Amino acid sequence: MLPAPLLHWFDSRGWSLHPHQEAMLSAAGQPATLLIAPTGGGKTLAGFLPTLAELGAKPGPGLHTLYISPLKALAADIRRNLSTPIEGAGLAIRVEDRTGDTTYTQRRRQRADPPHILLTTPESLALLLSYEDAPRIFAGLQRVIVDEIHALAESKRGDQLMLQLARLQTLAPGLRRVGLSATVEDPPALAQFLAPTGCDILTADPGPEPDIQMLHTAEPPPWAGGGAHYALPAILKQVEAHRTTLIFHNTRAQAELFFHALWLQNSNNLPIGIHHGSLSREQRERVEAAMVAGSLRAIVCTGSLDLGIDWGDVDLVIQVGAPKNVKRLVQRIGRANHRYNAPSKALLVPANRFEVVECVAALEAVQAHALDGEARGPGPLDVLCQHLLATAAAGPFDADQLFTEVRTAGPYATLSRADFDACLDFTATGGYALRAYDKWQRLMLRGGKWGLRDPRSAAVIRQNLGTIIDTETLKVRMKNRMGGTPLGEVEESFAATLTTGDTFLIGGQIVRYEGIRDLTVEVSRSPGKTPKVAVFNGTKFATSTLLADRVLRLFQQTDWPNLPAHTAHWLALQRQHSQLPEPGRLLVETFPHEGREYLVLYGFAGRNAQQTLGLLVTKRMEDEGLAPLGFVATDYATMIWGLDPVLTPHSLLRPDNLRDGLETWLGGNAVMKRTFRNAATIAGLIERQNQGRRKSGRQATFSSDILYDTLRRFDPDHLLLHITRTEAMRGMVDFGRIEEMLTRINDSIDLRALPRVSPLAFPLMLERGRVPVDGKAVERLLEEEAAKLMAEIGLADPA
Amino acid sequence: MTSFAFSLADQPLRALPSGALYWPEQNLLCVADLHLGKSARLARRGGSLLPPYEVAETLTRLDADIAATAPKTVVCLGDSFDDMHSAAALDASHRQWLLRLMAGRDWIWIAGNHDPAPLDLGGSDRAELRLGPLCFRHIAEPGAAGEISGHYHPKARLASRARPCFVLGRNRLILPAYGTYTGGLWCNDPTIATLIDAPALAILTGAKAIAFPLTGATA
Repeated sequence: MLPAPLLHWFDSRGWSLHPHQEAMLSAAGQPATLLIAPTGGGKTLAGFLPTLAELGAKPGPGLHTLYISPLKALAADIRRNLSTPIEGAGLAIRVEDRTGDTTYTQRRRQRADPPHILLTTPESLALLLSYEDAPRIFAGLQRVIVDEIHALAESKRGDQLMLQLARLQTLAPGLRRVGLSATVEDPPALAQFLAPTGCDILTADPGPEPDIQMLHTAEPPPWAGGGAHYALPAILKQVEAHRTTLIFHNTRAQAELFFHALWLQNSNNLPIGIHHGSLSREQRERVEAAMVAGSLRAIVCTGSLDLGIDWGDVDLVIQVGAPKNVKRLVQRIGRANHRYNAPSKALLVPANRFEVVECVAALEAVQAHALDGEARGPGPLDVLCQHLLATAAAGPFDADQLFTEVRTAGPYATLSRADFDACLDFTATGGYALRAYDKWQRLMLRGGKWGLRDPRSAAVIRQNLGTIIDTETLKVRMKNRMGGTPLGEVEESFAATLTTGDTFLIGGQIVRYEGIRDLTVEVSRSPGKTPKVAVFNGTKFATSTLLADRVLRLFQQTDWPNLPAHTAHWLALQRQHSQLPEPGRLLVETFPHEGREYLVLYGFAGRNAQQTLGLLVTKRMEDEGLAPLGFVATDYATMIWGLDPVLTPHSLLRPDNLRDGLETWLGGNAVMKRTFRNAATIAGLIERQNQGRRKSGRQATFSSDILYDTLRRFDPDHLLLHITRTEAMRGMVDFGRIEEMLTRINDSIDLRALPRVSPLAFPLMLERGRVPVDGKAVERLLEEEAAKLMAEIGLADPA
Repeated sequence: MTSFAFSLADQPLRALPSGALYWPEQNLLCVADLHLGKSARLARRGGSLLPPYEVAETLTRLDADIAATAPKTVVCLGDSFDDMHSAAALDASHRQWLLRLMAGRDWIWIAGNHDPAPLDLGGSDRAELRLGPLCFRHIAEPGAAGEISGHYHPKARLASRARPCFVLGRNRLILPAYGTYTGGLWCNDPTIATLIDAPALAILTGAKAIAFPLTGATA
């Protein structure tokens, strides 16, 4: 029962509870509940109602409810939203948030005197649990709310969180769990993830069908590219016609470019802001505040606004660039019209003609209520290794008890004792075949419990908690005497390509690169209009296989009345110059372009499978001396480039003996090295790079590739190599599926040797995420490049 | 030929693709910054438990270079051990291995900042070595000529691939780190760039030693 003052306050505002909110109150006593509700359905309030009822008007001291969200901004937003009814009803409930942005003093105080409701992220919770006083802080915890659990369940952050919930359950046996989720394809799997021993599922009324269409523009989209600048006038008209518009982009770099171009055409000076994860905190907070105040007409944004942050009165969502995944599209659309009973209004703006096809396929999928999603495998072991270290940092543990506890976490319900022991051995001794560190173990068994050998190592463990692996970035500042305004950050690899005078976009303005000082990129304002594009580490989404299948089906039509004329024309051109891919066959195109020989395989097998195909085919090309240099995989095709043309692809695509020598070839691949780096960082083998360490001298740190190569050579059965292989296979699809595909197409290969890039291949030329191939061609390329440079300065190659 | 031939102070020298330097006239092999015992040192200090195989890996490569060149003299240019304790704590089999490589040769340990004191391994310990017009020391000194040094672990990027490299100026050569567990400093970093007078070459290590002018390098 809700406290009387709160009911009274609700009445005074004319609010009444939705049926699913009532249901959550009734289910308050259940050990675990999963609520599935559309965005705007008052989902978060539903999660908190039982807490408000239990705390009542005069709550006792101590932490009662822990709320966990995947975004820092969401935690801060919920604190604001929750304060309104609590203060309005005059309840003495303390609500605080705790994230990476919380000050040191406040965090210390929160540990000594926790609030009733603490709002936090999985990473901050991991840190809290690693302190010796965790048992005291959480002893009286009653409820835990995991918001946007559908998003967390897709990554290692969710696996880590579920291990933490298992820990919390041991510290507070009466703990009840609530998961809040947007619409998902498989609710029972999510319930199993949250609480494997049993979890109620409540489903809210999904509300009316969304009103979703393609944006009609006078000008057709370009052949390729991701800018969608052709649609700017039409988009500005839509912004003018609505109260608040969210303009979603798939990557940060695209958002920046679009925002810049939008302002150049914004002749009415509509207040429009930009928000994405690479911007400085100050910048983001300014936009968030303006949004709350209702003073912005539109926000250009990325996934950083994807999750249910409630910022004012959004009545239109525009998706620029094809939605790569139907589920994400549905969730984004849900951001429009937060009133429960009004349909969400959304417009899709394809950036190029390929995306027109994808948008039409996505629209049809939404109408058919077809959600996509891929089942995740069992909990990864690198996350478990980190959990063991973090647990040891809090205090010595009993291995048998911890094993039992870990198995109560959904993703680890089927964990074997052997795998658990391997992780424990790794964290304690390194787990090497050569038992080198008996004297210098990280964890020691003392009196039947595992604890840190050196208590000082707890600090290092805490600094390295979390499963998000950042690419190394550098801060960007305006250069001036006062230190300069922080603008955001760029990837270090991008900064390395800049020379003084280069211009790029950040925070919607063009800046000029001046130099790097103290690991900060210094820039000045630039009056120019054509910047060099900033390559941010924006998330690259993979289109779901569901969408890929729909696109292939669309291609089979004899004509395309359901597509805009320009796109139908483009597909007709492809049919004329080459041909369109057909189900059950494999279209292969070859063509030269800018000194490289290209090979494109249109497998339509989804990005993972196409990536595996890239690895397999480049291996065979290397064997045949065809000097492959690299490849890129999309959901539809794999494009390979090299120094020599491929005349007969049939031998490259033989299904037999596919696995011969594959282990070695795969082992040396960049994908595996990247996977190893992430696993080694999460498992605690490699320390995260912090700015201070980087400043003190880069010579001291060395590439994780060296560790990977060393392990492969001297300790091929090491746990981390097992983890790397498992993960890479999961990310690349089992070979069985590729073998099956190649067997099925057998001789049904349509080879088109073209004089130049085909209409369909053109967008692939601009695709990011290229994988280099480390074969003989690299040496050849290096020598050619060196000889060219030597000749330029008049030095002949002495060889 | 996989090595790169050049001369410094009129002495013909060869940069081997492994990162070692060979001086045919003196039948001398020179390697820098082996950092043996790095993983054990980190573990001792409570840090990460890195794969304890870098000593074996480094000695394997050194063994191969010695077998290929059969040098009369071997110069280790300092930071041969990650600290003084690492030299003393060398695994018995690795110590045997190293002594076998040393047997029958003049073996010179140049002092580095990681291993400043004399080592208890035989051979001779020196702060620096002068031989003809060349001078071998750990850290380059401004204004020196015919100088061969290590310490900075230079690396460079060509055609967007990064590798450890030699850096060659008119008056001096800086060797790449030979040890397995070593990182690098971009050779256009001011620390290195100010030491090297034009025309400067970077010589990449790898399957083959590849030289290119440093003005064209993007690091």
